[in-house]
Amino acid sequence: MSTEALRIVWIYPDLLSTYGDRGNALILARRARQRGFRVEVLEVRSDQQLPTVADIYLIGGGEDGPQALGAQRLLADGGLHRAVAQGAVVFGVCAGYQLLGASFFAKGTQYRGLELLDISSDRGPSRAVGELAGDIDARLGLPPLTGFENHGGRTRLGPGAAPLARVTHGVGNDGATEGAWRGKLLGTYSHGPALARNPALADLLLRWATGAHQLPPLEDTWADRLRAERQAAVAATVRP
Amino acid sequence: MPLRAKVASSVSRTAAALSRAAGRGDGSVIGGWIGLKIDPELLAHLSAGRAIALVSGTNGKTTTTRLAAAAVSALGKVATNSFGANMPTGHTSALAKAGSTPYAVLEVDEHYLAQVIEATDPHVVALLNLSRDQLDRAKEVAMMAQLWRAALARHPDVRIVANADDPMVVWAATPPATHDQRITPPHVTWFSAGQRWHDDSWVCPECGSTIQRSGEQWWCTGCPLRRPDPQWTVDDEGVLDPTGAWYKVKLQLPGKVNVGNAATALAVAAEFGVRPFDAVPRLADVTSVAGRYAQVVRDGRTVRLLLAKNPASWLEAFDMADEAPTLLSINARDPDGLDTSWLFDVDFAPLRGRQVLITGDRAYDLAVRLDVNDVPFQHVRTFDEAVRAVPPGRLEVIANYTAFQDIRAELDRVN
Repeated sequence: MSTEALRIVWIYPDLLSTYGDRGNALILARRARQRGFRVEVLEVRSDQQLPTVADIYLIGGGEDGPQALGAQRLLADGGLHRAVAQGAVVFGVCAGYQLLGASFFAKGTQYRGLELLDISSDRGPSRAVGELAGDIDARLGLPPLTGFENHGGRTRLGPGAAPLARVTHGVGNDGATEGAWRGKLLGTYSHGPALARNPALADLLLRWATGAHQLPPLEDTWADRLRAERQAAVAATVRP
Repeated sequence: MPLRAKVASSVSRTAAALSRAAGRGDGSVIGGWIGLKIDPELLAHLSAGRAIALVSGTNGKTTTTRLAAAAVSALGKVATNSFGANMPTGHTSALAKAGSTPYAVLEVDEHYLAQVIEATDPHVVALLNLSRDQLDRAKEVAMMAQLWRAALARHPDVRIVANADDPMVVWAATPPATHDQRITPPHVTWFSAGQRWHDDSWVCPECGSTIQRSGEQWWCTGCPLRRPDPQWTVDDEGVLDPTGAWYKVKLQLPGKVNVGNAATALAVAAEFGVRPFDAVPRLADVTSVAGRYAQVVRDGRTVRLLLAKNPASWLEAFDMADEAPTLLSINARDPDGLDTSWLFDVDFAPLRGRQVLITGDRAYDLAVRLDVNDVPFQHVRTFDEAVRAVPPGRLEVIANYTAFQDIRAELDRVN
């Protein structure tokens, strides 16, 4: 860690916070504090400079205009690139996932992304809206992903990125794979407060940030019940 | 009225009555749907000869419509869609059912405002607010503001009553040529009802720059868009009119939010020439609106129903609710939107220290949210279980759309 406190930066809540994205910052902070870490959460608006010394950077979802504006300001700022070079963890959700890649499609145009993840996104044939589920890359050692997706884009992965999960329900990147990761960068189409349904994913990000091999388990009764309920709901629907 | 419209109107009324008799809702949608099938121009025919006010926005439109209809009734009979059926079918049904009236006050779903302006040729349109709501299918906030703006630009003769506190509304209400808000176009009347939710208006809809706020003021850092001076404001349990006269507003509806809705209603009524002095007493007669705010005694508990559909309306519900045991109920069926992620846009901290119970199809989503929010709660399976779990006295119920309707059905469809 960079300092004695775990620093979490929520990038541009004024632009990229359409679907309860605050939840991911709240969940990470709470789970870290429950393990005895001191935590600072910084909300950095798009007219402010991005600090480069934080441990975890969160980028949320947004509509086309704010997504394009967010990418443009992050490229001009350069802080996220410096932080990643220093080993920071980045978690991107939906629009925030797309803009980590080489390019994305918004307002009818192709935009340049941050080129931090080897992915590129395009407009899909239809909007993907609904439950999303998948089996996560075995190397990450996590239980299945569960979430809700709402996006018009489709994402291709290059050789430098691995899929986060194999889709078992929903669309994700292209109907087969969902999300991507490389090193300590991870993105998903499971939008909004994705970590609410995936506490083990939250703990993975915390382990990456703190260097801890293991974190003490937490009481997750309600998250477990929510996961079971959503998995049952998905199982009850026939895949189109 | 042309013969075809007369037939359509009569069939529409009959279908609505049949639907009500069959116990399938209040009939306001099915009646209008059949009427519009027979004559697509029916809404326009039914609107002709009436002075009409339309009320639209993300939140508060059902209540504001009810209050505005009460205020305008100082002048004569008012047709209104008081059951919240706010699409063209609902308007058709409401006007057909009311028969001939000199006035109509209609609540309009924000997606249909352009279409309903075309059909009804209103005297005045009230624009309340625009915020995130059911984003799994609704339009983006900025896109909605753009649609409103285009529709209003096509009707420069329509008078507008608009919320000065919402940058999206201010931008939508002003034609492009006069977007310097220091110059108010003559046909716009601004009101300020207090706005708690700001998270959908940090980016200027005109130029994309950041919007700054200080106290109640807001301004764009990149263009002339800024908060206009409101002519109608809320002040200390009362409303100030454009002449500076203050009227005490005594309502049976709870919360500061509803005093704000009353101010809007008075501004709408003033566009028809109703003096606040004559309208204010009529506002006090409104007790509940389509079950909202209704109080029902059940097993020694006084149950009050509050509807909260999206983050902005949850903040308002916390303002209205008393410090008392509170039941929260969340569903995610079609009318609610299938996505529950907005729960993390709501800060539930105001509920700390109250006995909190949760229920509904998606109670577990809420449970995870409250856990992260450090709000202790108890999960119950049914409404009855919730009633038994609290001591005699008040029980506040805050629920989203279908959860609200479920509980309302348990309480025998209270109005």
